[in-house]
Amino acid sequence: MDAPDPSTSSYYVSDDFYAALVEDFSGWQTPERAITDSALRDSCARFLAEEARLLDTDRLDDWLGLFARECIYWVPGTRDGDPRREIAIAFDDRRRLEDRIFRLQTGEAWSQRPGSRTTRMVSNIEPFSTPDPEIVMVRSNFLTVEFRAGETRSWAGWAGHRLRDMTTHWKILVKQVNLIDYDQNLRNPSIVL
Amino acid sequence: MTGLRSIDGTASGPAWDYDKLVFEDRVHRVLYTDPRIFDEEMTRIFGAVWVYLGHESQIPAPNDFVATRMGRRPLILVRDSEGVLRALYNRCTHRGSTVCREARGSAKSFQCGYHGWTFLNTGKLNGVPWPDGYADNFDDEKFNLAQVPRVESYRGFVFGTLNLDAPPLIDYLGGVAGPLDEWLDRHPGGKVVLCEANRLKFKGNWKLLYDNSADGYHVVFSHRSLLAMENRFDEDGDKGMAFYKSNPDNAPMYVRYFGNGHHFKDKRPNVEDRPGALWEIEGPHPGMEHFEASLRQRLGDKADRALDLASSEPVNINVFPNLHILGNHIQVSTPVSVDETDTTWYGTAVVDEDGDLEGTVDAINALRMRTQESFPNFGEVDDLVNFEQIQVGFQAEEDEWVYMHRGLGIPDRFQVDDDGVITGPPTDEVFMREHMREWKRLMTAEPRIAIARAV
Ligand code: FES
Ligand SMILES: [Fe+2]
Repeated sequence: MDAPDPSTSSYYVSDDFYAALVEDFSGWQTPERAITDSALRDSCARFLAEEARLLDTDRLDDWLGLFARECIYWVPGTRDGDPRREIAIAFDDRRRLEDRIFRLQTGEAWSQRPGSRTTRMVSNIEPFSTPDPEIVMVRSNFLTVEFRAGETRSWAGWAGHRLRDMTTHWKILVKQVNLIDYDQNLRNPSIVL
Repeated sequence: MTGLRSIDGTASGPAWDYDKLVFEDRVHRVLYTDPRIFDEEMTRIFGAVWVYLGHESQIPAPNDFVATRMGRRPLILVRDSEGVLRALYNRCTHRGSTVCREARGSAKSFQCGYHGWTFLNTGKLNGVPWPDGYADNFDDEKFNLAQVPRVESYRGFVFGTLNLDAPPLIDYLGGVAGPLDEWLDRHPGGKVVLCEANRLKFKGNWKLLYDNSADGYHVVFSHRSLLAMENRFDEDGDKGMAFYKSNPDNAPMYVRYFGNGHHFKDKRPNVEDRPGALWEIEGPHPGMEHFEASLRQRLGDKADRALDLASSEPVNINVFPNLHILGNHIQVSTPVSVDETDTTWYGTAVVDEDGDLEGTVDAINALRMRTQESFPNFGEVDDLVNFEQIQVGFQAEEDEWVYMHRGLGIPDRFQVDDDGVITGPPTDEVFMREHMREWKRLMTAEPRIAIARAV
């Protein structure tokens, strides 16, 4: 039997999946796991630049295409919490991520009318190995400057990308976005971070 | 109030002639734009009525505290070492610094960072560095932290007021306690616990949010993108808020005004009254199919009830001036300035102390977290930007009036019961007319405002 389509149903976000997610995102930035191979570091950097470019140029469908079929886009509202027990700023599986993009593209999401223009700076890119040789975790810092409705403001923090090497191209299994002001009241957090 | 003494004060006279600003069918724009009115509201509304300060589940054990605000006043809501709930002013009695800079935690005492004065969590001054430099022996209560003189809890919801003449909390709540009870009682043990939040803010006056809180008129327009999203797999679907489509006044839901500014939009009559009916109208959520299958396997016939606990309760319960119970959220709005407001959507989790849910409570909560993230992400952001756009529109000074007369003057549109409770169609602005009437009454009243200090 074919696996269920994660664009229309959510079977993969199970208790085991959550447990693995929490495990994968704790204590992964260790010196022993740091990857020094310059080709791999360069490949990660190019990938993150591509992601930033797609978001800055409003190519949200192409951005979605960077994700694995079974994926998570996660903006935690706490540090080191468990999304099973806590509200997140955003916690999207594949279908909800497609929902998010669908909504923004209706033209009737008033929080994005007019839409935001963004410039994303991504730096301090550090890949780390995982027990799975096909998977790397990448830490990067971001500074996203957003212009909307006459005002310019910024979002800052670091992202953790869990990437799978598809030999030709990376795919995002999980993107975790850690805002520096994650525990504060945020004004119009309607752009994709 | 054992151990507390109040220091009386009375608010001074109003800044405006409110008879010229608040009419039955309209209010003046300056209610939303004038900083002098805002300053008065901080005393006459946010000092004089019972203001929601926090939930007991945020401070479950003695010595727990959580930072909060009462209007602009920075407070520390504590459960003191004896277990007494107190709302301490986070304001050192020496030269005014805050004495606590953490959002939450556990502490028997608070030490001011500036010169090191230390206060017990009862508010009592416990010591000052090098006291021999003072002729004073500090036995005057004026050096103890100020605190809110009246703090009461209703089923876990903690409120405070500075108004010595305010009625008991239960009387202030009045009829709105009914829906609040029903909302709590759908959970095992009749309770919930807070579990973090979607924290939002907007550049607009706090009343814009309160005016919207029972507004059934805006939904299909303001939330068009959300309605489309929830039903994108089936345009004629009935997911989420689809019962607002076509004319909501023909649906069985209603809006109700209870007095004291409290109102209630009850959408439950739109949904069949049987286990599983709430779950059936949920839009898509992460983990939905997995957890549903697993709960059905584990609970059999009881699974529908469990899934309803993960579903959004279709109510908007609005407790004036700053508390909103909607879906499974406890939403709190806190004014920052005349044109800036924080609004925090606390999620709630189910607790199962008696084992009613047969060990499935964690699975229910895993699903319930995701259902609760939906509206703040895909609905509230649009509301808040719309409120900001109202604040922009209000800069047109000569165009003075804000109309809220929908339903006014139409015979037989409302029922009024013997207690004065008003019930009408869900798109009606009657709730707004009534809370504005109450707002005007409060802004022209002379509340007896006081703080207390430990003695
Ligand atoms: S201001 Fe607090 S000790 Fe001086
Ligand atoms: Fe709304």
